[in-house]
This record gives sequence, C-alpha cells and structure tokens, in this order.
Amino acid sequence: MSYQHKKIMFDPIVDNNPVILQVLGICSALAVTSKLSTTITMCIALTVVTAFSNAAISLVRNHIPSSIRIIVQMTIISSLVIVTDQFIKAYAFSISKDLSVFVGLIITNCIVMGRAEAYAMKHPPLPSFLDGLGNGLGYSALLLVVGIIRELLGSGSLFGYPILPLDRDGGWYVPNGLLLLPPSAFFLIGMIIWVVRSWKPAQVEQPEYQIYHAPRPEVAS
Amino acid sequence: MSASESDSAVSTAPVESASRTLLVTFVVCLVCSVVVAGAAVLLRPIQESNKKADLIRNVIAVSGLLKEGLTEEQALKRIDPRMVELATGDEVKGIDPDTFNIVKAGKDPVISIELTRREDLAGIRREPRYLPVYRIVGENGDLKKLILPVYGYGLWSTMYGFLALEEDLRTVQGLRFYQHAETPGLGGEVDNPKWRAQWTGKVLFDEKWKVQVEVTKVAVDSSTPESHHQVDALAGATITSRGVENLLKFWLSDKGYGPYLSRLRRERS
Repeated sequence: MSYQHKKIMFDPIVDNNPVILQVLGICSALAVTSKLSTTITMCIALTVVTAFSNAAISLVRNHIPSSIRIIVQMTIISSLVIVTDQFIKAYAFSISKDLSVFVGLIITNCIVMGRAEAYAMKHPPLPSFLDGLGNGLGYSALLLVVGIIRELLGSGSLFGYPILPLDRDGGWYVPNGLLLLPPSAFFLIGMIIWVVRSWKPAQVEQPEYQIYHAPRPEVAS
Repeated sequence: MSASESDSAVSTAPVESASRTLLVTFVVCLVCSVVVAGAAVLLRPIQESNKKADLIRNVIAVSGLLKEGLTEEQALKRIDPRMVELATGDEVKGIDPDTFNIVKAGKDPVISIELTRREDLAGIRREPRYLPVYRIVGENGDLKKLILPVYGYGLWSTMYGFLALEEDLRTVQGLRFYQHAETPGLGGEVDNPKWRAQWTGKVLFDEKWKVQVEVTKVAVDSSTPESHHQVDALAGATITSRGVENLLKFWLSDKGYGPYLSRLRRERS
C-alpha cells in the first residue's frame, strides 16, 4: 500500500473524521450506541456499505449522466444496504432485533452519500474504496468510544458482561440512566469534538461572520 | 455492479443524452434488483429458522423447564404447540403454530377482528382470531404448564411476551417480554430478571375464576390476603406497569384466552 493510499484510508480517522470534523452521521450515532454489540454491528455495516458503494459508484462514474447521478447513487447505496441488512438478519439475528430500522437507515446516512458525491464520482475505484473504508473506520472509531462510555456507565457492562456491579443486583455502582438515552450521545459527541479540536486547532472552523463594533452614535443632547 | 459498466460499449450516445440516461437507469435498476432479490431469496431460509429458534428459545425460557434441570433439547420435546380459536376456545388444525406470525396476524384484516374501545384494554386495536398456545406436557402427555403469547401497549411500544401458567391454570410460572421498545432503564426494566421473578407464584384468578391481578405503586404487603394477586410496579414506569396489568387482564378475559382456559378446566374436572 503506497503512502498515498494509506493517507486516503487513515486520514478520516482523526484528521478528517466524518463525525468529528464534518459532523455527519449523528442520527445513527445517537441511536445505536447504548450497547456495544449493536454499535459494532452498525460500524461494520456502515463501513462495508460505504466502501463498496464508493467502489461501485466510482466504477460507473463516467457513465452516469449528471441529471440522474444522485438517484443512481441512492439506488446503488440502498441495494447494498438491503443486502447488508439481510445478512445481519440471517447471521446476527438477536442483534438485528436491537438495531431494528437503523441498518435500513444507513441509506440516508450523510456519510455514505457524502463520500459517493464528493469522492467516488471523481476518483478511480481503488482510492474510492479506501476512502469509503477510511470514512467507515472514522465513524466506527467515534461510535466505539461513545458506545464504550455509554454501556459502561449506563449499564455497568461491556458487551453485556458486567464490569461494574450494579446496586440493583447487590453491587455498588448506581448506573446513570441518562447514558442509556439518546441525548447523552449528543453530550458525549460534543465533548469529543471539543477535545479533538483543542488538540488539533486546525479543525476549528473559521467563524462565518465577525462581530463588528459599531462606533458609539453621537447622542444629541 | 460492474455489469453496468459495459453499457458504454453498447451505446455510443454522449453521456448526457436522453437515450443514454434511460439506458443507465435501466441497467442500474436491473443489476440492483437482481442483487437485492438474490440476497433476499438466498438468505430467507436462514432468517426463518432464526426467527423460529428465537421464538422457541423464549418459550423454553418462560416455561422454567431449564431450571428443573432439563437440557434445551429435552425441553423442546415437552413443548406441544396448538392453534386456538380465541372466541370459542377450540383447538384448530390446519394452521402451523411454528410459522404463525403474531405481529402480522394482529394487523391482518382477514384473520383479526377489530376491538371496540371498551374491550381494548391492552391497546392493541385488533386481535387475531387464532393464536398459538404452547402446552408443556409431562412424560405421559398430560398438561403440566400452559404458555400463552400475550401482548399489549406500554408507553411507547407494543410489548410482546409470554405468560406461563402452572398446572392449576391460575398460578403464574413466569412472565417474560421478548420484544418491546420501552425507555431503557425505566419501562425497559420489564425484562429485568428481578422484576420478572416477582411474577412467579402470583395468582391471576380468584376463587370464582374472575381475573384478579394488580400492579401496585406501594410495596406489596405480603400479610394482606390480596397480596398474592399483586406485584410491585416498576419504579418510574407507571404507564408501562399499567400496560402489563391491562394486557394480562385483557388476555385472561373472555375476549382473550378465557374460553380456552375454561374449556381446559372443564376437561380436567
């Protein structure tokens, strides 16, 4: 793997993370991170879909008329999502019950569409595939951090195995119920964005406007 | 997806032309639909068997047979599923209880009937005409326990579960919800093992076989005579708890399994 390819693949994990920098894919990040097992399945599903949809769209990119390009991308992405969903239902049944509609909703995940439109339409298949893989991994990295915090502090367990003994089962840890609810993921993602942008100030966006201090008007006396 | 690349060889029209647009649309649709349909058809048998295994696993779990030291395979042999026509309480043949989909049946206008608002305690709007019940039989085929699928509306979602009755058809062996979307940590605790354990041993009918069950907000005082009809509500989940009480009342009433239960009682007396 050349340096260029490595950069395409690993850049989206920290330096150009789709969730942290571009703030995309938040909806599913809130919905599936209360348990690690669902988080990981969702991460794999999204990574697979982004990588293969990028590769597929890049393969046909020169034949897609621009008037229908979005709908062609959507068709390819949704087909891949349905296939992935079918696989999860067949081979990870109990997890598929927890994920319910969220795998299907990968179709509307901005990361997948965003990468197809911004990258795969302009680049050859291999870099596109790696770009999709990298963005999937970037999304996964953030989801895993959020998932670990939420399951550990919200249910006292990781992957369903008890780590902190809960008070209702005779232990000492009083679980924080807020972490099981979707809003907690908002707070966590917000804090992660804050930490990453303090560490890498280059990610901080320029303000869109600046407050202009108007000269104090002369008050007629 | 690479098949759609070959279209450039077929058509020499420029990419933006109308004929080219139609061709690309057609090829993309064709390839995608073949891929989707192929995956759905090839994986369906595995998905179906997953669903069936999951259902049976829940039946076994609520039956308490595993606690009696049976293995899953031995327990499976003790389960005798039957289809019951709710209105008459008769067992019907010709419908396979293993593949019967309760969620779908409850919405299907052909095999379900609409409930009036007064009847609809469980908040389910329609109820299927037929439902599977699982008889747990002893070594020589006599009825030991009865497992009934029950469901009803909680706060956010319809909660699907199983109620297991002891041989006397009055005492609860277990109550368990396998599908719901109540608030995690609050109403979601309906599947907490500790709360479930409270149900075991509770009596759902009084002496005259009238349904008698209550989920109480104050801690159950075990010295009172009605305490064996009462269960502590879930903390912070009043509506979910009331939903459980209502769905039990509904399914044990004449609208639910009432006719079947009284038929079973007549049969054995």
